Amino acid sequence: MGAKAMGARVRRMEDPALLTGRAVFTDDIHLPGMLEAAFVRSAHAHARIRGVDASAAEAMPGVVKVVTTADLPADLRSVRVPFQVPNPAITQPFQQRLLEDEEVCFVGEPIAMVLADTRYRAEDAAAAVAIDYEILPAASDCRDALADDAKPCHAESDNNLCAEFKLGYGDAASVFAGAEHVFEVSLWSHRGAGLAIENRAIVAEPDTLRDVVTLWSATQSPFLVKQNVVDMLDWPADRLRVIAPEVGGGFGPKTVYYVEEALIPLCAMMFDRPIKWVEDRRENFVATNQERDQYWDMALACDGDGKILAVRGTMIHDTGAYMPWGIISPYISATTVPGPYVVPAYELTTRVALTNKVAVTPVRGAGRPQAVFAMERLLDRAADGLGIDRAEIRRRNFIPTEAMPYSFGLIFRDGQPMTYDSGDYPRCQAEALALADYDGFADRRAKAVVEGRHIGIGIANFVEGTGLGPFEGATVRVHANGKVTVYTGGGDSGQGHWTTLAQLCAEPLGVDPQDIAVEVGDTGKIANGIGTFASRIAVNAGNSVHLAATSVREKAIKIASHLLEAAEEDLDIEDGRIFVKGVPEVSTTLRDVARAVRGMPGFSLPGGVEPGLESTEYFSPPQAAYCNGTAVVEVEVDPETGDVEILKFAMAHDSGNLINPFIVDGQVQGACAHGIGNTLLEWMGYDDDAQPLTTTFADYLLPGAPDVPRVDVVHVESPTPNNPLGVKGAGEGGTIPALAAIVAAVEDALGPFGIALDDVPIMPGRLTELIDDARARTG
Amino acid sequence: MKPPPFTYHDPRTIPEVLDLLAAKDNARLLSGGQSLMPMLNMRYVLPDDVIDLNRVEGLSGIAAANGSLEIAGMTRQRDIEFSDVVSARCPIMTEAILQVGHRQTRNRGTLGGSLAHLDPSAELPAVAMALDATIHVESKRGKRDIAMADFPAGYMTPSIELDEMVTGATFPLWEDGHGYAFIEFARRHGDFAIVSAGALMTTDGTGKVNRISITVSGVGPSPLRCTEAEEMILDQTPELELFREAAETARAFDALEDIHAPSSYRQHLAAVLSRRALEKAQTRLGGSNG
Amino acid sequence: MADRRRVSVTINGDTYEREVETRLLLSDFIRHECELTGTHVGCEHGVCGACTILLDGITARSCLMLAVQADGHELLTIEGIAPNEEELHPLQQAFMDNHGLQCGYCTPGMLTTLLEFLRDNPNPTEKEVRVAISGNLCRCTGYQGIVDAALDAAGRLRGEAEA
Repeated sequence: MGAKAMGARVRRMEDPALLTGRAVFTDDIHLPGMLEAAFVRSAHAHARIRGVDASAAEAMPGVVKVVTTADLPADLRSVRVPFQVPNPAITQPFQQRLLEDEEVCFVGEPIAMVLADTRYRAEDAAAAVAIDYEILPAASDCRDALADDAKPCHAESDNNLCAEFKLGYGDAASVFAGAEHVFEVSLWSHRGAGLAIENRAIVAEPDTLRDVVTLWSATQSPFLVKQNVVDMLDWPADRLRVIAPEVGGGFGPKTVYYVEEALIPLCAMMFDRPIKWVEDRRENFVATNQERDQYWDMALACDGDGKILAVRGTMIHDTGAYMPWGIISPYISATTVPGPYVVPAYELTTRVALTNKVAVTPVRGAGRPQAVFAMERLLDRAADGLGIDRAEIRRRNFIPTEAMPYSFGLIFRDGQPMTYDSGDYPRCQAEALALADYDGFADRRAKAVVEGRHIGIGIANFVEGTGLGPFEGATVRVHANGKVTVYTGGGDSGQGHWTTLAQLCAEPLGVDPQDIAVEVGDTGKIANGIGTFASRIAVNAGNSVHLAATSVREKAIKIASHLLEAAEEDLDIEDGRIFVKGVPEVSTTLRDVARAVRGMPGFSLPGGVEPGLESTEYFSPPQAAYCNGTAVVEVEVDPETGDVEILKFAMAHDSGNLINPFIVDGQVQGACAHGIGNTLLEWMGYDDDAQPLTTTFADYLLPGAPDVPRVDVVHVESPTPNNPLGVKGAGEGGTIPALAAIVAAVEDALGPFGIALDDVPIMPGRLTELIDDARARTG
Repeated sequence: MKPPPFTYHDPRTIPEVLDLLAAKDNARLLSGGQSLMPMLNMRYVLPDDVIDLNRVEGLSGIAAANGSLEIAGMTRQRDIEFSDVVSARCPIMTEAILQVGHRQTRNRGTLGGSLAHLDPSAELPAVAMALDATIHVESKRGKRDIAMADFPAGYMTPSIELDEMVTGATFPLWEDGHGYAFIEFARRHGDFAIVSAGALMTTDGTGKVNRISITVSGVGPSPLRCTEAEEMILDQTPELELFREAAETARAFDALEDIHAPSSYRQHLAAVLSRRALEKAQTRLGGSNG
Repeated sequence: MADRRRVSVTINGDTYEREVETRLLLSDFIRHECELTGTHVGCEHGVCGACTILLDGITARSCLMLAVQADGHELLTIEGIAPNEEELHPLQQAFMDNHGLQCGYCTPGMLTTLLEFLRDNPNPTEKEVRVAISGNLCRCTGYQGIVDAALDAAGRLRGEAEA
C-alpha cells in the first residue's frame, strides 16, 4: 500500500520558495541586453487615427525603437487575433490587431510599443509619441448600444448587436399564460475586473542562431498562448516555447491570449534582443479583460405552493469592443439559471452588445454569479409574495437526489447536453443552514430589533459546470536516480498544483508526495496541454496524473516481478520499495527498476518492456462535472450610512471527492471573498464616452482583510462517476452564490423599510437613498 | 508607472530648502511621499526639481507649551499616533490619526505633507480646522502664520506661494475633561473617508455647552466648520434631539460629487456623522483622558 | 542628462552600492539593481502593499520611496526574514501551516507588515490583525489563512520570547 495521500491535508510544497522570496515570477527574470517595453495606448474609446508621429520619441535617450504598425512585417500588419471559440450565434466577431493604426475601439488599445534600455526611458518616450485622433462617438452603456439610433462601436458596422441566442426547453409561453402566480425582476449585475495582484508580464528571449524564442508569460494557459502566437505570426510551432513561471494570481483574465504576447516575441526576433514588458496597474485596468454589466428582465411562474412552473426572460450582456472568447460568458450565464431546481420550462433570450471598452472574458465565476443572482432573486420574490420561508421554497423545488444523473434539455458550453452527474442539493442547503444556525436567526433578529440593529439573512444555491475539456495531460517519470517528476501543461497561479498533483502521483507509486517534483506550465516539457481555467485542473490534469502514475506502477511491478522472480500480484509498493507481500526483505527499489528499464548500452531490454519508467496519459472528460453549493449569509446594515457588515458567511460546497481539503478550503474562502468584493465594493466605472473612471486601487476598491469575514466551509462529497478520481472543480464555487446571498441578506435586514434590491454592487449611498425614499413613501 | 525625469535635491537645512524654492519655479517638496510619490509614478505631476525634506534638520518634533501643541512639519503621522502628549492633551488628534491610511503609510506620512496636500477628506486638515490651528509657513521672504480657516484657497490648494513651505502648525488645546470625537465613514478601513466629522465640546457648571466645535470634511473642497450647528448648541444643555436638529444643518452644505459618492450622499453623511460625533463627544465629557 | 547619484543601502545585512538615476523607485532598486526579487510590485501607487519592506525596522511602501532616499539606511526584505537557508522564521512557518498564501504575490508585504505588527503587538486580537494588514491586498485567500497564520505566529513568537 502506498501512502494515503488522496484526501490528506498535506502542507503545500510550493510555500517555502514563495515565503523566502526565492520563487521566480516573470518580472524577476533579468537577461543580458534586455530591452524594456512600454505601450502607447489609445486615450479615446473610439477614434480614427489620422497619424502617429514617433520621431521625437525615437530621438530620446535610451530608445531603441518605437514600433508602430508600419514597422511590422507587411503580412502581419492587418492580421487579427485568432477567433478561439466560434458559435453560430455570433454575427460580428471583431478581433484585435497587433497594433492599431486606423481605428481604435477602446481606451487602452495598443497603438505603438516603445523599446528602450529601461522602463523609465520607455515611458518617457511613450509620452512623447504624438497621435492625431479624430474622435468618433463611443458606445458606453450596453443597453444604449443596442438602441436603434446607436452609433456603431466599429465604423465598418452599422449596429452593435454581435450575437443573439435563445436557450430553453418546454413551452414557457403557455405556462406563463395560465400561471397562478408570476413574479418579475429587473436586475443589474455588475462584475468587476480580475485584478490579480501581479499584473500581466512577458519576457521573450530570442535565439536567432537556432531560430527559437523562449517566452515567459504570467499566463494561466501557456499552451493556448503558444498556439495563438504561432497562428497569429504564422510561425512554425517549434519556434516558440512558452513558460508560465510562478504566476501571481489569475482569476480568469490571464486565461485568454493578448496581442502583447505575440508582439514581444516578434520584436525580440526582429531586433535580436530579449524584451521584457510588465503591465502596470493602470494598464491592467484598461487593457486586461474584465467582466462588467449584464441587465436581466426575468419572470418566474409558480403555483400557490411556490413550485416553479417556468422561468423566462431576456438578458443584455456587455462584451466590450472585441470578442476573443466569443460568447462563453453570456452562454454560461444563460445555462446556469435553472441551477439546482426543477424548472419545467425555461426560455432566455440573450443579446450581446459591443461597447467601446476592453473585452469581456471570464472572471472567476464566469457569468454564473449573475445568473444565480437572477434565479435566486426570483425565488426570494416568490417566497415573499407567497409567504413561504426563503429556505422552504428552495427545498420544495430542489432536484431530488435520487433523480441523479439529471438532464433537463439544455446544451452546456462544452457542447454536451447538460446532465448533472451527481450532487445532493437538499443536503447541501441543509448543511449550510445548520452551519449558519438559520433556525436561531429569528431569535437573533428579535434581540437585534430590541437593540435597534438591522440584521438579515440570505440564501443562495448554485450548480456549476467544472472540469471542462478538451483534455489535459501528464507525464509521470521515475528518473534513473529514483526521483519522480510529474509534468503537466496548465500553469499554476496559486492553486497548489504541485502539492495536489504530487499527492495523486504519490498514492499509486507508493512514494512520499514530498519526494515528487511537479513541473507545470511549460510547453517544452510535455507535448500537449490547455490551461488553468474553468476549474478544470483537478479533473483534467488530476486524472491524467492518476492514470499515468497508475500505469507507471503497473510497469514497475511488472519489471520488479522479473527482477525478484515473483508474481506481479504478490508485489506491493511502499516508500519507494517494491516488495513481496509478507516477505518485505525480498524487494527492489523504484530506482533500480528505473535503471533496469534504462537498459545497458548494447544489451536488449527484457521481453515486452518499453524503455524508461514513465507514462504519459491524457484525460479527456466526457462532459462537465457539476459542482454545487449553498451560501448562507447574515449581515448587519446601518440604515443611516448604508454600511453593510457581514456577520456570518456559511458555505456548503460539493466538489466531489477532495484531494486536499486544506487547499480546497482556501479556494472556497478566497472565492467567497471575491464574491463579497463584487457585491459590496468593486465597480469598474465608465463615463458616457466610455472613458474608464476607476483605474487605480484607490478608485476601484478591492476587499481588504477587515471587509471580509471568516467563511465557514462544510464539504459535501458527491463523487462524479465521470472520472476515475470522482473529483470536480473547486476554484469558483465561493464566488458564484455570494452576490445573491448577500443581496438577499441586505434586503432582509432592511425588511422594515420594504425595499427591493435588484442591483449589484450595493453602494451605500444607493441604500440610504432607497431608505429615504421608503421613509418618504410611508411617511 | 515610473516617475518622470527630474533633478533631485536633498538639502540639510531650512535655509537651503528656501533657497531652492526661491530658485526653482517648477519644484515639488517631497515630505512623506504618500501622496506625491503616487502622483509622480502616475505622471500626474511633472516637476523639474524635487526637493526632499527628509534629511532637513529641525523639521520634526511635538511639544506642548502655553496651552498649545506645536508640531513641526516633517513630524511623521506615526509619531503623532504614538505620542503620549498628543493622546493625553489632544485625544481627537489621536483618534483621527488612527483613521489615516495604514500602518505603512503613517510610518512615512507627515503633518506638513498632509496639510499642504489638503485632500478634502484628509483627517489632519480636519483636525486643524476643528482646533482652529495656525499653520506656519516660511520662505526666503520671511515667515508667516495662517489661520487654518484661511489656509485652504480651493480644492487641494493651500493659500501659500510657490516659494513657501509649511514648517509646522500650532494646535490650541482644549481644557481637561473636554468631550471629543472624530468619526468617519469610508468604504474600507484606511481609505480616504467619504465624509468625516469631528466634534469638541465643554460644559459649564450648570451643564450647558460653553464651547463647541463641529467640523465635517469630505463635503466641501476643504474641511468645513458647522458654525450654524455650533451656534444652535452653544449655551444649551446637550441632548440628542438638539444634536439631531443641529447636525441637520450640515445637510445644507454644497457638497462634492465624484465616483465615490454623489453630493446628496455626502450631505446625508455630514448630518449623520456630525450628530454621531456630538453624541460620542458628549459621552466623553469630564473624562480623565482629555 | 539624467540626474544620477551613488547610493549605498544595507539590505538584509549586505551592503549594495550602485549608481542610479535619482528618480529610480526603491522597489525597482531592490528588485532590479540588487536582484532581490522577493519584494513584489502590484500597483506602484501605494495601495496594494506587496512592496512593503522594513526601513530601519519600520514598514514602508518601497514603491513610494526613491532609492536615493534609502541611502545610508538599513532595509529588511522577505529574503532576510528566515534565520538561515534551511529553516523558516516562525511567521513563515505559520503561513505554511495555515495556508496563508496561494499565489504568493502579496506574501512579501504580508510578512514584513506582520513582522513589525507582532513586534509591536505580541498578543493581538483577530480584529487587530485584520486592521494591521488592511493596507495589504490579497486576491487569493480571502485573508482567512493569513489571519490564522498571524495569530498562530503570535503564539509561537510569544513562546519563543518566554523560552
